Amino acid sequence: MIGGIDIVTLIAALMAASTPVLLAATGELVAEKAGVLNLGVEGMMIVGAVAGFAMAVTTGSPVLGFAGGALAGALLACLFALLTQVFLSNQTATGLALTLFGLGLSALVGKGFEGVRPPPTGKMPFGPLADLPVIGPILFGHDWMVYVSLALVAGVWAFLKYARLGLILRAVGENHDAAHALGYRVIALRCAALAFGGALAGLGGAYLSLVRVPQWTEGMTAGAGWIALAIVVFASWRAERVLIGAYMFGGITALQLQLQAAGYAIPVHFLTMAPYVITVLVLVILSATHRHGAPAAPAALGRSFHASS
Amino acid sequence: MITLVKRPMPSRFWSFTTPVLAVIATMIAGGVLFAILGKDPVAAIKVIFYDPLFGPNAAYFRGQLLVKAGPLILIAAGLAVGFRAGIWNIGAEGQYIIGALAGASVALAAFPAESHWLFPAMVVAGALGGWIWGMIPAVLRVLFGTSEILVSLMLVYVAQSFLAWAAFGPLKNPEGYGFPGSRNLQQYPSAHNPELIAGTGMHWGVVAAFVAVIATYVLMSRHIAGFRIRVAGEAPRAARFAGVLPAKLVMFCLGLSGALAGLAGMFEVAGPSGQITDSFNAGYGFTAIIVAFLGRLNAIGILLAGLLMALTYIGGDMAQLMLGLPTAAIQVFQGMLLFFLLGFDLLTQYRLRVGKGSK
Amino acid sequence: MDRRSFLKTTAATATLAAVGLPVAAADPIKIGFIYVGPVGDMGWSYQHDVARREMETALGGKVVTSFIENVPEGPDAERALTQLALEGNQLIFATSFGFMDATVNVAAKFPNVKFEHATGYKRAENLATYDARFYEGRAVQGTIAGRMTKTNKIGYIGSFPIPEVIQGINAAYIHAKKVNPDVEIKVVWAYSWFDPAKEADAAAALIAEGCDFILQHTDSTAPQAKAQEAGTVFTFGQASDMEAFKPSPRISSTIDNWAPYYIKRAQALVDGNWKSEGTWGGIGTGMVGIGEITSAVPAEVKAEAEALIAKISDGSYHPFTGPLKKQDGSDWLAEGKTPEDAELAGLNFFVEGISAEMPK
Repeated sequence: MIGGIDIVTLIAALMAASTPVLLAATGELVAEKAGVLNLGVEGMMIVGAVAGFAMAVTTGSPVLGFAGGALAGALLACLFALLTQVFLSNQTATGLALTLFGLGLSALVGKGFEGVRPPPTGKMPFGPLADLPVIGPILFGHDWMVYVSLALVAGVWAFLKYARLGLILRAVGENHDAAHALGYRVIALRCAALAFGGALAGLGGAYLSLVRVPQWTEGMTAGAGWIALAIVVFASWRAERVLIGAYMFGGITALQLQLQAAGYAIPVHFLTMAPYVITVLVLVILSATHRHGAPAAPAALGRSFHASS
Repeated sequence: MITLVKRPMPSRFWSFTTPVLAVIATMIAGGVLFAILGKDPVAAIKVIFYDPLFGPNAAYFRGQLLVKAGPLILIAAGLAVGFRAGIWNIGAEGQYIIGALAGASVALAAFPAESHWLFPAMVVAGALGGWIWGMIPAVLRVLFGTSEILVSLMLVYVAQSFLAWAAFGPLKNPEGYGFPGSRNLQQYPSAHNPELIAGTGMHWGVVAAFVAVIATYVLMSRHIAGFRIRVAGEAPRAARFAGVLPAKLVMFCLGLSGALAGLAGMFEVAGPSGQITDSFNAGYGFTAIIVAFLGRLNAIGILLAGLLMALTYIGGDMAQLMLGLPTAAIQVFQGMLLFFLLGFDLLTQYRLRVGKGSK
Repeated sequence: MDRRSFLKTTAATATLAAVGLPVAAADPIKIGFIYVGPVGDMGWSYQHDVARREMETALGGKVVTSFIENVPEGPDAERALTQLALEGNQLIFATSFGFMDATVNVAAKFPNVKFEHATGYKRAENLATYDARFYEGRAVQGTIAGRMTKTNKIGYIGSFPIPEVIQGINAAYIHAKKVNPDVEIKVVWAYSWFDPAKEADAAAALIAEGCDFILQHTDSTAPQAKAQEAGTVFTFGQASDMEAFKPSPRISSTIDNWAPYYIKRAQALVDGNWKSEGTWGGIGTGMVGIGEITSAVPAEVKAEAEALIAKISDGSYHPFTGPLKKQDGSDWLAEGKTPEDAELAGLNFFVEGISAEMPK
């Protein structure tokens, strides 16, 4: 306990709280590493939320629900890929349109699922480990999706750092013309990265509707997709920092609510903007220190690729 | 095998034809959607696209079209200049909020004094507020090379929190029974941005939008600065040889788009919206990005795109009312329209060639 | 009113009102609604829509209704209201506080159309207001929570620090304290009416602080789920019954029940005796519904709660009855006194004993 705040509970709470944005941000990271800026994360998340929910309720299986959420997110991302990679439309505008489309689509699909309870997602059976003081609730007290999300972050980290394909992906994101000249299939790789990103966003959405809330309501992502975008920037496109970023964003929300609950009068609005200000500062520091080295953002981020020769 | 060959110049023919094709494609796809939802597709398309313009109450809705399109056009006109130069301000929503806050603050500080100077002062404050919010990413980009896309986006969230703070704190109406939100500027004659001609929807913000369209059109097509901006966007290296200073360009583009977004926010809060509340910003800054691209970053195109976008909002509300279509269906419909418009743009920039593409 | 806006108003009235004239007597009367959220929000807008449908059924063919959902507050609301008026709706319900000024403007343009604005305070000849005394439901919740709490800590998730919510916190605290002098109330502001993730975190924070009751003035079921996970925490449904969480953690609920009011007003319109007035209805008028008190509540507590409901309902008891002091210790209501509605409607302070600070 520090100042009336139970740190263990806070950490345990923010881990679960951050899982949706952690998943979505990890997915977006892969897409951005491949050089594509997809601002449609919010749209993919909410479609994942409704699809995962509908699937879980219909089949009675949360596992199938999460699979359905991931699939739906990936499908929406494929639409984005089709437009931006094949039809070479502008990524910023297409991403914004994707969010609009996803919000509408999810509401249409979700009619009839309001007020329904989904099947529960179980805790990981760690047995007595979960009862350990301090580390019990933090490490062993979560549902299995929390561990899946952590595994995915680790997987993406290892993939980008060590896998040959990961290296190629980064090359595509840095300089698509050079990568193309080396014989790599820029468009195919980007589409795959986008689909993966969409799947993770969908998974994050499904976590919201199946575990966090758990219920389906229109507009339930309430801006989580935008936070995921901020986290990728905060993380300066590094998977391990995405974890830190997601926990920081989730942590500040959890902390400000806990401070209120503990009876502190705090400037809520300024705390709410704090993570974004910190993100800007991080960006500035990164850019300033990388001036003469490798830049933090993938160099080809947001630019369309067309093989002109 | 179909290959794409980049056109040396965007096709004039296709740049006029593709929007029409996209709208037709949307009507077909949307019609299918409406039919699936059990509504008469022809009636729905008519209610959305025809009735607001030529239906029984069109006189009112044509004016509303301007009210809705005004801020979109004003913001998009500024954004497009930057986008042409390859400078990506996607934080117009934040600049819109800060502009509105600055303008409204001036008015609320002066309340209840009546003066002819008040409204001009608000205009200046609104533009200045948006300009400052746009200059933050500009300065950071110039000094540290920080991506303006990301900084401007982050600043939207900061502005939103700031807005909530202002609406619940310093700008709260002291006579508002404890409810959040400022005094209504519509009831403060010196600060009010009224309808200039009754029933037309025309207010100073719409006038500003038209002025911005003309000014940016002249700038981009007739002025040397416009030439530099285009060169910077299309051939950054050549631009450097041609003596274009990237730092100056970044400051100019972000400053301009920020100021125009701030103005849009100020006109909106002093006019149609009337008061600062924590949710008065209805996403205009983001929608304007779409409008800028729908208009192909061209001033005249933006004018039309803004009106088209506004039409789908107004027609969408009508479709809800007349046919019981849910808003969700309207959102999907708008999404499809944007997808088709963005996707079909390919034909303007590229030539399709069947068979093996040559250089 | 300055000359310019006067001209504008009369011109608009002349051109627009003609369209909104009453339709032939045999036709059903059209009644319109605008909602701030989607009808699928399962909370505020959903409850208004449920009532709309009940009204249509109850008046059996004498009225037809239509609605526009997801209307942003501001110019869009003004346009949506005008659309409804132009379409010949004779009575229009604007169901969010933020629609207030837009409704006032449109009502002035259409003197022949009747308007009703929920939770606001501005009225006109053709503009009535209506609201529910949600605090009456909070008094019941406070009583149950005060009796049942083991930790003597009650958590309250507030949306925004506005009078409606402050009334609720005070009412809950006063009645919990009445039956349990050791009780404390902890308040967390979510600054949102609906944000499932944040509401879940707020509930978790309150539970971490030792609260075993969570009262919410936000509309999602996320706090219910958190309470269920914790196992020993109880909740009350808010806005809708939230019956999915019966019989525990949700042990009762406060339901926004607009149907009796809508039916009454539509009937008045049909009968030709609609008048502009301000209605602030509570449990007695059915506007505030108390959902089933489940088996998780001990019988004697349930009986006590039901007795309180009966007393509030028949008007023999007001949840704010003196002696009551303000948070700073100054006097508010003397022994046996109750506040004027006008004062209560603008309530902006906590009562004595609540330790939470009012946000500035």
